[in-house]
Amino acid sequence: MALYSEKVMDHFRNPRNVGVIEDADGIGEAGNAKCGDIMKMYLKVDDDVISDVKFETFGCGSAIASSSMATELIKGKPIAEAMQLTNKAVAEALDGLPAYKMHCSVLAEEAIQAALEDYYSKHPEKASN
Amino acid sequence: MKVYADNAATTKMSPTAISAMVAVMENDFGNPSSLYSIGQSAKEVLEQARSDIAAVINADPQEILFTSGGSEADNQALRSAAEIGRKKGKKHIISTPFEHHAILHTLNKLEQEGYEVTLLPVHEEGIVRIEELEAAIREDTCLVTIMFANNEIGTVQPIAEIGEVCHKHGVLFHTDAVQAAGHLPIDVKAMHIDMLSSSAHKYHGPKGVGFLYARKGIALTNLIEGGAQEKGKRAGTENVPGIAAMAAALKEAAGHMTENARHQSALRDRLIKGLSEIPHSALNGDAVHRLPGNVNFCFEGIEGESLLLLLDDRGISASSGSACTSGSLDPSHVLLSIGRVHDVAHGSLRLTLGEDITEEEVDYLIRNVQEVVDYLRSFSPFWRDLEDGKRPHIL
Repeated sequence: MALYSEKVMDHFRNPRNVGVIEDADGIGEAGNAKCGDIMKMYLKVDDDVISDVKFETFGCGSAIASSSMATELIKGKPIAEAMQLTNKAVAEALDGLPAYKMHCSVLAEEAIQAALEDYYSKHPEKASN
Repeated sequence: MKVYADNAATTKMSPTAISAMVAVMENDFGNPSSLYSIGQSAKEVLEQARSDIAAVINADPQEILFTSGGSEADNQALRSAAEIGRKKGKKHIISTPFEHHAILHTLNKLEQEGYEVTLLPVHEEGIVRIEELEAAIREDTCLVTIMFANNEIGTVQPIAEIGEVCHKHGVLFHTDAVQAAGHLPIDVKAMHIDMLSSSAHKYHGPKGVGFLYARKGIALTNLIEGGAQEKGKRAGTENVPGIAAMAAALKEAAGHMTENARHQSALRDRLIKGLSEIPHSALNGDAVHRLPGNVNFCFEGIEGESLLLLLDDRGISASSGSACTSGSLDPSHVLLSIGRVHDVAHGSLRLTLGEDITEEEVDYLIRNVQEVVDYLRSFSPFWRDLEDGKRPHIL
């Protein structure tokens, strides 16, 4: 029996959207080194749509896979839709995570929320929509 | 290339141990407690194994009690010493914070039952200090239990000196020798060891079998009640094939101990040197006083589980003390006990070499660990912060 689903292993081995956006419109981070997981999300927003997203992650296999899947789920989506992304959706898209790894999907949700909040704080006029 | 580098977790059974096991299964299926010849033949196998094992550690055969493994032996040793102490009004036990959980969890239970436990510091090098042990011994100390060699960082304790101090103060000394037996010379008499635990699968024997050495005169407390096997101290029909295989494996390991240790420690040192070239890495535990096959490193900015998974993709089996591999929120208690902070303890890697390790395999390990650490650091925000000076490097 494998530790993770094939989808988790695929996103872990070949993570999508890895890296940094130098002129990001929003940057968010979740987790801390003491717990062994840090996720950082970089967003580019054009016309209220997430035109590009990149991530950096320090963490276990499911943390890397969750970050990768979360970026895939919000890329090209309107920001209002990205705001609705839940950790459950990330875990489901990965064909599930072991119970004690669910917090990895929570971190992905939190990092995206933090990046969107950063974007809104820089563009307060968008927040009222 | 495939490199199994997790021999501290378990070892592959040796052909000698397998044939010993199969021979018993085929020829001596009898119950050693039966009086007819088929049973008595199995009994002979059992007693031969007992004396073969005793000979390796310089014990007497009647001092060897067969168990289901190291954890059972540890539990029984501690329970027995605690009971002996209680009868004398002595309820203080000395140990270390980096023992195996079979010891630590039993100590926790004993604390709940009114015993007092002192855990000696093991310091950055992962070795107890004799003067600190001697200072900790009290009038009411009934037991000192200190592992022979640590299972994660491989540091070897000054067992003979510990034994001497305990002997001098009239305190029972137990050692969990699960990682040491079959790999390091053990002489229970010269080292003043009163009780010792061992597990067969750590020296190419089968899983689910081990033994407890208890010096003559030490009254053992039963963990398992029932029939009169093992002089009434451990009920249940003996695992005769497993025990025969354990004896064969231990005898074989003892026969090649010196040359194995020389070969393994030379390659261990080559591996340590190679991994030390990775920036911001550090060897865990003393470089000299360590098991011949043990290498344990921390790498800053990465997490151990992802390292293990990527090494597995490259044919390398290894282990880590990261929280994610332990299934808990905290990283290895062993790494914390030698002063590693959480941030770097999550990025640990243990490689434990077998006796047949080659130079090519070691070089393969070095190259692949370097590549995977570099790769994981390339998208680690923790590493970026360290490199950008936003956080100070620890290693």
